[in-house]
Amino acid sequence: MAIRRAMSGGLMGRTAVLGERSMSSWWRSVEPAPKDPILGVTEAFLADPNPDKVNVGVGAYRDDNGKPVVLECVREAERRIAGYLNMEYLPMGGSVKMVEETLKLAYGENSELIKDRRIAAVQALSGTGACRLFADFQKRFRPDSQIYIPVPTWANHHNIWRDAQVPQKTYHYYHPESRGLDFATMMDDIKNAPNGSFFLLHACAHNPTGVDPTEEQWREISHQFKVKGHFAFFDMAYQGFASGDPEKDAKSIRIFLEDGHYIGIAQSYAKNMGLYGQRVGCLSVLCKDEKQAVAVKSQLQQLARPTYSNPPLHGALIVSTILGDPDLKKLWLKEVKVMADRIIGMRTALRGNLEKLGSPLSWQHITNQIGMFCYSGLTPEQVDRLTNEFHIYMTRNGRISMAGVTTGNVEYLANAIHEVTKSA
Amino acid sequence: MDSVFAAIAQGPEDPILGVTVAYNKDPSPIKLNLGVGAYRTEEGKPLVLNVVRKAEQLLVNDPSRVKEYLPILGFAEFNKLTAKLILGDDSPAIQESRVATAQCLSGTGSLRVGAEFLAKHYHQRTIYIPQPTWGNHLKVFTMAGLSVKTYRYYDPTTRGLHFQGLLEDLGAAPAGSIVLLHACAHNPTGVDPTVEQWEQIRQLIRSKGSLPFFDSAYQGFASGSLDADAQSVRMFVADGGECFIAQSYAKNMGLYGERVGALSIVCKAADVASRVESQLKLVIRPMYSNPPIHGASIAATILKNSDMYNEWKIELKAMAERIISMRKQLFDALSARGTPGDWSHIIKQIGMFTFTGLNSDQVAFMTKEYHIYMTSDGRISMAGLSSKTVPHLADAIHAAVTGSC
Repeated sequence: MAIRRAMSGGLMGRTAVLGERSMSSWWRSVEPAPKDPILGVTEAFLADPNPDKVNVGVGAYRDDNGKPVVLECVREAERRIAGYLNMEYLPMGGSVKMVEETLKLAYGENSELIKDRRIAAVQALSGTGACRLFADFQKRFRPDSQIYIPVPTWANHHNIWRDAQVPQKTYHYYHPESRGLDFATMMDDIKNAPNGSFFLLHACAHNPTGVDPTEEQWREISHQFKVKGHFAFFDMAYQGFASGDPEKDAKSIRIFLEDGHYIGIAQSYAKNMGLYGQRVGCLSVLCKDEKQAVAVKSQLQQLARPTYSNPPLHGALIVSTILGDPDLKKLWLKEVKVMADRIIGMRTALRGNLEKLGSPLSWQHITNQIGMFCYSGLTPEQVDRLTNEFHIYMTRNGRISMAGVTTGNVEYLANAIHEVTKSA
Repeated sequence: MDSVFAAIAQGPEDPILGVTVAYNKDPSPIKLNLGVGAYRTEEGKPLVLNVVRKAEQLLVNDPSRVKEYLPILGFAEFNKLTAKLILGDDSPAIQESRVATAQCLSGTGSLRVGAEFLAKHYHQRTIYIPQPTWGNHLKVFTMAGLSVKTYRYYDPTTRGLHFQGLLEDLGAAPAGSIVLLHACAHNPTGVDPTVEQWEQIRQLIRSKGSLPFFDSAYQGFASGSLDADAQSVRMFVADGGECFIAQSYAKNMGLYGERVGALSIVCKAADVASRVESQLKLVIRPMYSNPPIHGASIAATILKNSDMYNEWKIELKAMAERIISMRKQLFDALSARGTPGDWSHIIKQIGMFTFTGLNSDQVAFMTKEYHIYMTSDGRISMAGLSSKTVPHLADAIHAAVTGSC
């Protein structure tokens, strides 16, 4: 009963600890943090009681009923996994099988680079974790380097490289007037950057603009990177989601590989396998030879160990179960195409509705852009009106998540956009 | 064109996880893995708790479950139940909404997020860690930007707590320093303070205004009782002061690879806790955005269902008791062999690990001659032992100590 006695004050001597009560919190000067601009949108949406509300904020896929989707191939994989395997720690670099399959998606099913074991790759915590691991790696081994980030980009890219303490610069990307790519200025920025600079590139379905370079433009970019000796780091979060064809969506990467670049890639299964909350992804770094790849992988693991020790098991098992079974993989490819096609269909419908309403503006960019997002061109004030008057939730940069658009709400959305822009 | 990373040298093997790598490479049929702290059954197999399997089935058979992103701070229900687990169901800190909790990636992730928060918001940049401690602690805190100092903890001469040294070193630390404390079942030594010693430590830390950071990776695993193993933490929280707590379900729920844990920051006031919570999000978002859903869902399913919770407690107690039994068997086996030295620390120490007192030469000898895999600091994971393998280990220790090296 010594414990009870201790707890009831016999040994506690609460008042004997001098000054303790009068001390205020260590954290009294901690400021409330601003809400995350993207995730905060969904919070606000959920809090809204209006029945007509529409969430075109966060980039998570919804079916035509506006419901989240768990792919059939995923459900089947989970049925196979549950009850049959143990939950031991993965190695620091994650599931070897899952990483192998993942590299095939990015580098090509029969890639010589994979056969020659030239790729240092580890399982990562989805796209965010892969980018952060690379940023930490860049900081440790190229401490004098900076990262060039496109304008605009996913907001969290800035946070990631900032917290890794890698200085940031930007390069031109989006051309507001044409709502397309500012290719000429982008190429100038690439040329003017010091030789050997590190660049962040979106492999496909640029977030937030949906504006991608054409194949010819990618070839020019790759060529200029060669001239300047730049390092290309690809964030590929939407492979399969952009065109519906994973091979096609990896074209930019394949072009760089053909040209002999040593690239880095962050891959995510959040969207294309619907594994959002499972946090499954992969970071890979292409090296000169197997020896170097072994060295680089060992160093990536050294960075993973003090961050999370080893990555989560369940999502990795789902991925390797699906990609390791030809029938399940076929099913997955079919399901990815369905998602991509639905989004392409919604783009057509939204543009069609706006044109039918007689909008004075051009909405061509809705169908020109690709992937989950449409950079509408709406101003923050117009976005606020959409939210306050029509209960439509999106990020204030005018980015619309097309995955949130359905046949049920596309007319309502078009009407609302028309209302706030018709006198623009 | 050469790679920009051409000059990178190979990194060293992780000293703990590297043991399993070496073990796996060994073809010997009598090899024994006493390295990483993962529980094994009497048959030497990994264990998935029955109650975890049950929870898994419930989840997989529920068609309404989706895989959406969790909030940045994780699964709210899981967070509440996890805070209650360590602080107690009726903890005033919880009732007064003074606890900010974030679901994180097991113990490692919770420590790292806490350390990053401290590096950003706390006025002191030094954390005091016990000598010795889990090898990854140094890396986690250093990576987060804190500087690390040590305080005396283990006394090799007694194979127990160096209490005097601990009090002196923590007494000499600057006011407001961060102090890492193992809540129970100290890793790697298995040496814990008594209740009375904890009380003295508490008074010292509070009088200096130091900030305690608890690492609780073995709640329930040490004594077999969840409440008893939480005593140290609850003593500190009961005095109304602030602290950090990193919790892990890797061992006590056997959820190792699913990376389930939480960081709780106990604050003086509710409005402080809410601001702290908002700032935690800014640490987490650029690290991995939001935590993995699967393991936390299993844990929450168990914690919120009273039948499953009771089942869990029983299975947990059984694991703890098997380990306690292994301690006794090893002690008896060494006594029977007349192995020189005092081996009573094997039964005095608590939790998954025993700090044998063997030196690195002796460890290397045991690996080479007896195919016994353990960390070079002499730490053995009792969970890796069985009645069948105790004699082999006792033989190895005996041989190592009686002088082949």
